Amino acid sequence: MPLLRITSPHAHGPMSTSRVMQHVLLATVPGIIVLTHFFGFGTLVNILWGGIVALACEALALALRGRPLAFYLKDYSALVTSTLLCIALPPYAPWWLIAIGVASSVLLAKHLYGGLGYNPFNPAMVGYVVLLISFPVQMTAWAPPRGLGEVPGLFEALLACFSPASFDAVTMATPLDVLKQNNSLLLEDLWQENPQFGRWGGIGWEWASLAFLAGGLWLLYQRIFTWHAPVAMLVAITAMAGMFYDNGSSASGGSPLFHLLSGATIFGAFFIVTDPVSSAVSTRGKLIYGAMIGALVYIIRVRGNYPDAVAFAVLIANFTAPFIDYYTQPRTYGHARKGDS
Amino acid sequence: MRKIFGFHGGIHPPENKHQSLEHPIRDAGIPAELIIPVSQHVGAPAAPCVEIGQAVLGGDVIAEAIGVVSVPLHAPTSGSIAAIERRPVAHPSGSEALCIVIDTDGEDRWRSLEGVEDYRTADPAQLLERIRECGIAGMGGAGFPSAIKLAPRNPIETLIINGTECEPYITADDILLQERAQRIVEGAQIIAHIVQPQEILIGVEDNKPEGIEAITAAAAGTDLQVVTFPTKYPSGGEKQLIEILTGKQVPSGGLPADLGIVCQNVGTAVAVRDAILDGRPLISRVTTVTGDAVSKPGNFDVLLGTPMAHLLHLAGYDERKNRRLIMGGPMMGFSVPTPLAPVVKTTNCLLAPTESELPTPPPAQACIRCGMCAEACPASLLPQQLFWFAQGKESEKLEAHNLFDCIECGACSWVCPSHIPLVQYYRASKADIQQQRKDQAKSDYSRERFEARQARLEREEAEKDAKRAARKKAAEERAKAAATGEGEEDPIQAAIARAQAKKAAQTNEGSGESELEKLERAVVTTQKRLDTAQQKLSAAEAEGSDLVDALRTGVEKTQSKLDKAKAALAEHQANHSEAPAAAEEPPVDAAQAAIQKAMQAREADAQKSPQEKARDQLGKLEQRLAKAQQRLADGRAAGEEDKIIDALSASVDKLREKISETRAQLAETESA
Repeated sequence: MPLLRITSPHAHGPMSTSRVMQHVLLATVPGIIVLTHFFGFGTLVNILWGGIVALACEALALALRGRPLAFYLKDYSALVTSTLLCIALPPYAPWWLIAIGVASSVLLAKHLYGGLGYNPFNPAMVGYVVLLISFPVQMTAWAPPRGLGEVPGLFEALLACFSPASFDAVTMATPLDVLKQNNSLLLEDLWQENPQFGRWGGIGWEWASLAFLAGGLWLLYQRIFTWHAPVAMLVAITAMAGMFYDNGSSASGGSPLFHLLSGATIFGAFFIVTDPVSSAVSTRGKLIYGAMIGALVYIIRVRGNYPDAVAFAVLIANFTAPFIDYYTQPRTYGHARKGDS
Repeated sequence: MRKIFGFHGGIHPPENKHQSLEHPIRDAGIPAELIIPVSQHVGAPAAPCVEIGQAVLGGDVIAEAIGVVSVPLHAPTSGSIAAIERRPVAHPSGSEALCIVIDTDGEDRWRSLEGVEDYRTADPAQLLERIRECGIAGMGGAGFPSAIKLAPRNPIETLIINGTECEPYITADDILLQERAQRIVEGAQIIAHIVQPQEILIGVEDNKPEGIEAITAAAAGTDLQVVTFPTKYPSGGEKQLIEILTGKQVPSGGLPADLGIVCQNVGTAVAVRDAILDGRPLISRVTTVTGDAVSKPGNFDVLLGTPMAHLLHLAGYDERKNRRLIMGGPMMGFSVPTPLAPVVKTTNCLLAPTESELPTPPPAQACIRCGMCAEACPASLLPQQLFWFAQGKESEKLEAHNLFDCIECGACSWVCPSHIPLVQYYRASKADIQQQRKDQAKSDYSRERFEARQARLEREEAEKDAKRAARKKAAEERAKAAATGEGEEDPIQAAIARAQAKKAAQTNEGSGESELEKLERAVVTTQKRLDTAQQKLSAAEAEGSDLVDALRTGVEKTQSKLDKAKAALAEHQANHSEAPAAAEEPPVDAAQAAIQKAMQAREADAQKSPQEKARDQLGKLEQRLAKAQQRLADGRAAGEEDKIIDALSASVDKLREKISETRAQLAETESA
C-alpha cells in the first residue's frame, strides 16, 4: 500500500460541527423542562413537530441542490434551528403555523442563501418574524402559566397542534404585553393587579430564563462560544433599563431585573445572539454586536409596536455584522497598533 | 524568577511524548549506503566536489557551499562515492533531488579534526567561518545557515536557546537537554562569544521536568538563565518564544535581529560546540522515531543520509500498520513519499502513526464561523475570514487580512469543528499571490521596456525629421542663390568644388571616425544585451522557469547579432586603416579594392595565433566575471530576494567555470 501524502497539520482536535450542534440542543433541555412544567406539553409538541418539518425541508433542499443527504443531515443544524424557533413560539400553536415558520427558517433563510454557513440572518429569527408579521393573533396567544389556569395534558397538546379547531385554547397576556399596554398604573400597582408578573419577570418565564441561563453557562464552559456577545447584550439591556427605570412610574419601561428575566432575553443572549454564522466574529466585534442587540431589545420593547423584540433586534444587528467585522479586525502579530508607527 | 509573557491563541493537543522517552539515545550505526542530498538547508544547494568511485574519509568535504546563503556537506563516515544522482528525498514538494551516495566501508576512518584551542580569545569572524565550514544549518526545522543568523546587522541584546519543542510526539530536543546539557551550555557560550548578548536565555516548556533539571544543573554558575513556561502549542515557534520571553513581537516582515534578539535551537548549539571545540562537522543528529506503527520508539543518534527505512527498522517498524510517514511532528511535519528517503539536517522526528492514531481527515463541512480558529491563532489572524477570501481568490482582501503573517502552525485546522483544511488553503493562496506578484513584476518590466523603445524610436524619428528639414532648407537656399545668380561662378564648377570638399572632409575626419564609433557602440550595446540575456537565462534555469526556451532563443539571436556587429566593425577597421593608402593608389576598380581589403582583414585575423585568441577571450571573460561579481555584491547590498541572489551567484560560478576552461585551453595551446 503506497504511503498517503497529506500536508500538515496531520492531527485534529476532538471537536466537530455535529458535536457543536448537539451541545446546543442539549443545553436547551433544562429550559424546555421548565417551560413544560409551567405551560404544559405545548412547547414539547412544537419542538417535535418542528423537528420533523425541519428535517423534511432540509432533505428537500439538499436533494434539490444535489448535495449528499446523509452527510449534511447529520450536522444537526436544521434541528437546532427548528428547536430554537419552536421554543420561541407560543405553546399550543397550530401545526401549520409551526410548519410555515420552520419552512421559512430552513428554506428561505438558510438554503436560499447557500445553506449552512452562508446565511446572513439568523434562520430561527427569520422564521419567527415571518410568523409574527403574518399571523399576529396566533403569535401572541400565550397559554397561562401553571397556577393561573388549567395546564393541558399531552393529549390536549397534540390536539391543539394537529386539530386546532377542536381545541379550546385558553390564553393570557404575557407580562411584556401587559406592561406595554399600561399607561395609567404605577408599576407597583400593575404587579398587584396582574398575577402573571410573578416575582421578577413573570411566572414561568423567570424560571425558564434561569434554566436557559444554566444551559448557556454550560455551553460557555464547553467553549462552544465566548462570553463576549451574551454578556455585552445583558449589560446593555440592564444599563438601558436602569437608565430609564424612573422608580416605576406608569410611563416606566420596567426594571432591569424585569427585562433580564422576562420574555426571551436570556434565551436570546445565549442561544440566538451566539449564533456564529450570522454574528460578528472578532472579539471586539462580538462586544459591539451584543451590546447593540441589548440596546435594540429595550428600545423596541418600550418604544416599538411589539411587546418582545429579540427577533427584530437580532435581525437588525445581523445586517451590521459584516460592517462591524470590517472595523474590528484584531491587531495581527508583529503589526503596529493603530496610531503607532 | 523572570517574568513570562503570554501569546494569543494556541492549543493543547495530546502531547504523546512519553512513548519516545523511555530509552536513552541509541546509536543508529552505519548503514550500508548513505544518501546525502546537496540541499538540506535554506539557500543555494551545495556543489558536489567529489567524483564517483573516489574514496572519502569521515569529515571530508563532499560538496562545497555556493554563495553566501549555503553550507558545505561532509562525508559522515569513510567509504567511496557510489553515485551522484537524483534520489527521492523528504521535501514538501515530494520530488527527487540531487544526492551524493556513499557506499560505506564500516571502518569509520576519519580525517584528522582540529578544534579551536581557546574560543574565548578567538576572533568571532573566524568562529563564524568555522561554523560555516562545518556545514551547520538550523536544526529546529527550517535549516537556515547558522553562520548567517549569527552575524546579524544589529547588536544583540538577548540570545535565546530554544529548547521548547512544542510539537507533539517529538522529543529530540528534550533528550538532548537530558543527556547532553553540558554540551548545550558550552555551545550557548560559544554562540554568546560570537554575538555578545546582554543575556542568554534557555527557553523550555514545563512539560520536560527532567530536561529542565539537567540543563539547570549544567547552567549553574554560568550566565545562562533557564526559563520555563506553561506548555502550549506553538510556543516553540521563534516569534511566539520571543513574545513569551521578552513580551516583544517581531515586526511583520522583519527578523528577530531587528529587536536585538537571536534564537538558536538546542541541537544547533550542540552542533556549534562540536564544530568549534572538536572541529567536527555536522554529520549526524538526534532524531525521534515514534508513532504506533513502531514497536520500539525512541531517539537515535543517526548519520545524515541514513535511509529512513534503516532507522525505522531499528525502531521496530511495521509497515502494514502505517499509512503515512511524517517527517517532523503531526502539526507542521510533511508526509514522506517513501521510507527510502534519507535523514537530513532538519529531520527532528520520524512519525509513523497508525490510521486510528492520526485518522485520514474526513470531508470538510461548511464553515459556521464559530471563531474557534480565531481564538486559536497565535498570530491573531481571522482564519475564518481568510478562508472565505481564499475560496473567492480575493488576493487583495487576503493581503489586507495579513495572510503573509500566517506561520502555518496548523492550530486553526486543529480546532476547526468542520474539519476544513485551512492551512492548505492559506498555503495555496500564498503561492498564488507570490506567482501573481512575479507575473506583475515581469509584465511591468516588459511594459517599461516597450515604452522606452517607443520613446527612443520617436526620438530618432524626430531627429531624422529635423535633419531632413535642415537639408531641405539648405538646398532651397542654394537653389535660391543659384537662381538669383549670386556668385558669378559657373554652377557646375561650384558643384564639383562642393563634392570635392565633401570628399576631402570625409577622408580627413568626420564621418569615417563616427562610422567607426557607431560600429563600436553597436558591438558594445549588443554585448551588453547578450550579457543581460544570459543573466536572465541562467536565472530562469536556476528557477526552472518555463521561459527557459524563449530566453535561450533570445540569447542565440543576440549572439548572432553580436557576431555580425563584430564582423562589421572588423571590416570597417580594416577598411579604414587601409583607407589612406588606398586613396594614394591609382583609382582602380572599387569592387576590386573592396575585395582586396576584405582579404587583408581576414589575413590579419588569421595571423592572430589561437593563443592570442584565447587570451582575448580570457580577458573578455574576466571582465564579465568582474561585472557579474559587482552585480552580485550590489544585489546583496540591496537585500534582494534569495532567488535573485542565487541566480546571480550561479552566473558568477558559470563564468568562473568558463574562465577556468579557457585557461585550460590556453595552457594547452601554449604547451603545444
